[in-house]
Amino acid sequence: MANDILVFVEHLNGDITDATYELLATARSLAAQTGGSVDAAVIGTGASALADDLGGADRILVADTDALGAFNPQGHAEMFASLVETRQPAITLVPYTSVGMDIGNHVAATSGQPLVSYCLSVDAGDGLSGTCQLYSGKVQADVQVEADRAVFAMLAGAASADDGRSGGAAVIENVDTAVPDLAITFIGTAEPEAGDVDITTEDILVAIGRGIESEDNIEEAQALADALGAALAASRPIIDQGWLPKTRQVGKSGLSVKPKVYLALGISGAPEHLEGMRDSSTIIAVNSDPQAPIFGVAHYGWAGDLFDFIPELTDRLEG
Amino acid sequence: MNIAVLLRAVPDPVEELEIDGVDLDRDFLGYVLNEFDDHALEEGLLIKEETGGTVTVYALGTADEVEQMLHTALAKGADTAKMLGSDLDVVDAHGQAETFVEALTGGGFDLVLSGVQASDEIDGQVAMLVAAGLGFPHVSVVVGTKPADGSIRVTKEYWAGITADYDVALPAVLGIQTAREAPRYVAVARIRQAQESGNLEELDIDQPENGSRMTITEMRLPEEGEGAEMIEGDEEAAVDRVLELLQAAGVR
Repeated sequence: MANDILVFVEHLNGDITDATYELLATARSLAAQTGGSVDAAVIGTGASALADDLGGADRILVADTDALGAFNPQGHAEMFASLVETRQPAITLVPYTSVGMDIGNHVAATSGQPLVSYCLSVDAGDGLSGTCQLYSGKVQADVQVEADRAVFAMLAGAASADDGRSGGAAVIENVDTAVPDLAITFIGTAEPEAGDVDITTEDILVAIGRGIESEDNIEEAQALADALGAALAASRPIIDQGWLPKTRQVGKSGLSVKPKVYLALGISGAPEHLEGMRDSSTIIAVNSDPQAPIFGVAHYGWAGDLFDFIPELTDRLEG
Repeated sequence: MNIAVLLRAVPDPVEELEIDGVDLDRDFLGYVLNEFDDHALEEGLLIKEETGGTVTVYALGTADEVEQMLHTALAKGADTAKMLGSDLDVVDAHGQAETFVEALTGGGFDLVLSGVQASDEIDGQVAMLVAAGLGFPHVSVVVGTKPADGSIRVTKEYWAGITADYDVALPAVLGIQTAREAPRYVAVARIRQAQESGNLEELDIDQPENGSRMTITEMRLPEEGEGAEMIEGDEEAAVDRVLELLQAAGVR
């Protein structure tokens, strides 16, 4: 219906992701504005069994089929797109995640709807509008959609996952499970390899980002970590350069950590990074840019040069 | 395998940004190759080394940086570079995708690679929009590939290091997050040689139009130190305070 909200349900191994529950919470507040229903589409192997966990939706559209595997970037996208086509929701919500990226772009492009990406909040009060984060979280932009319907790709943390776990009518509707001809075949999933250090169990993490500048400077950060009795962690650019192993990565594509102290050095604070460390007990950030988004989640900050800070702190700890 | 790699110039992530109206103040803004596109290029070069074939790089953006990006790509091993326009205004992801689709159509490519995202893509991811435009299957957040005959095995990262493998029939579009190896280094002398190679072709295209169907009504920077208690003074003062905080947190 033209005032309904349709949510794509992301799931793996029988578990629905928190990102999905956040979407359901966002959908609930939008439905209050549009007067529509909160619909959740759950597609793929084991979809039926997940309906019980979708109490936050008014209607649960179930397409249970073994033909797609855990997630098929083409199969799930095409089946979800056909639901968007038949249901004509006013707002389609997908998570801004690896899975959501395949879904959102495909659905928006094939249905001719605008796609609002990197989205922090959506409003349906006066047409469709949203607030987005750009340039790795350094800039916020308000956007007004020039169409009656749109797809929104929501960043993690846009709403509380707990608010999306219940509160809907939860009527189950089985939908067509005819799988289109696919050019993509699901082979299987793999868990990450264990590393030498488990950064999820450390009390103190010294985390380095792009500000460390070169591989040669990592030694200095390691010396500080040693002096603190901490483990060294990093944001994605450091891992992608091959300067530290993947097991040290904090963030969306790395690990989520909650140490007692998270010392962020030269990390600007892209939303993907913040997602993995924002629940740390004490976050201390050092960055030369006083407007770096890391200071938005840090409890304490110093705007200055990390190459002044690191040796000073190391010396004082050792002395 | 004949591979196209799409490159984009984005504002340098280390720069402090300023706002002018509802856009960045771009007057003195430095641009660099989108880092994910750098990984896409690396993955493309690795696949070419395994299977033979060609790598053609396409780029769109502000002139000087684009030329530099393309010459660097040639120096790294790309066969041909195509610059889409020489002095184009910045355009949204839909506009970029449409331009790339126009340039790629009929090119006979087996594989189109680009970075999984760029920091300015407020209206969707260019790689995935290109796939839709070409009608090719696509996979995003790719962290490794293994080419086969008529298909390619790709590893997609879901989250927290959990990955999935897929066999993808060609032609296809992949949004690359990380290449199997860190992007290769290339000496400045090689880039100079590439500048003289004549393998950079400038395509004559019209200024692309925005296609997002949304308007930015306000753009702003986060407030300085929003949320955090900012420590004043030099590094000595900062370290004094941090030592107190470590003690308060019970880790010293």
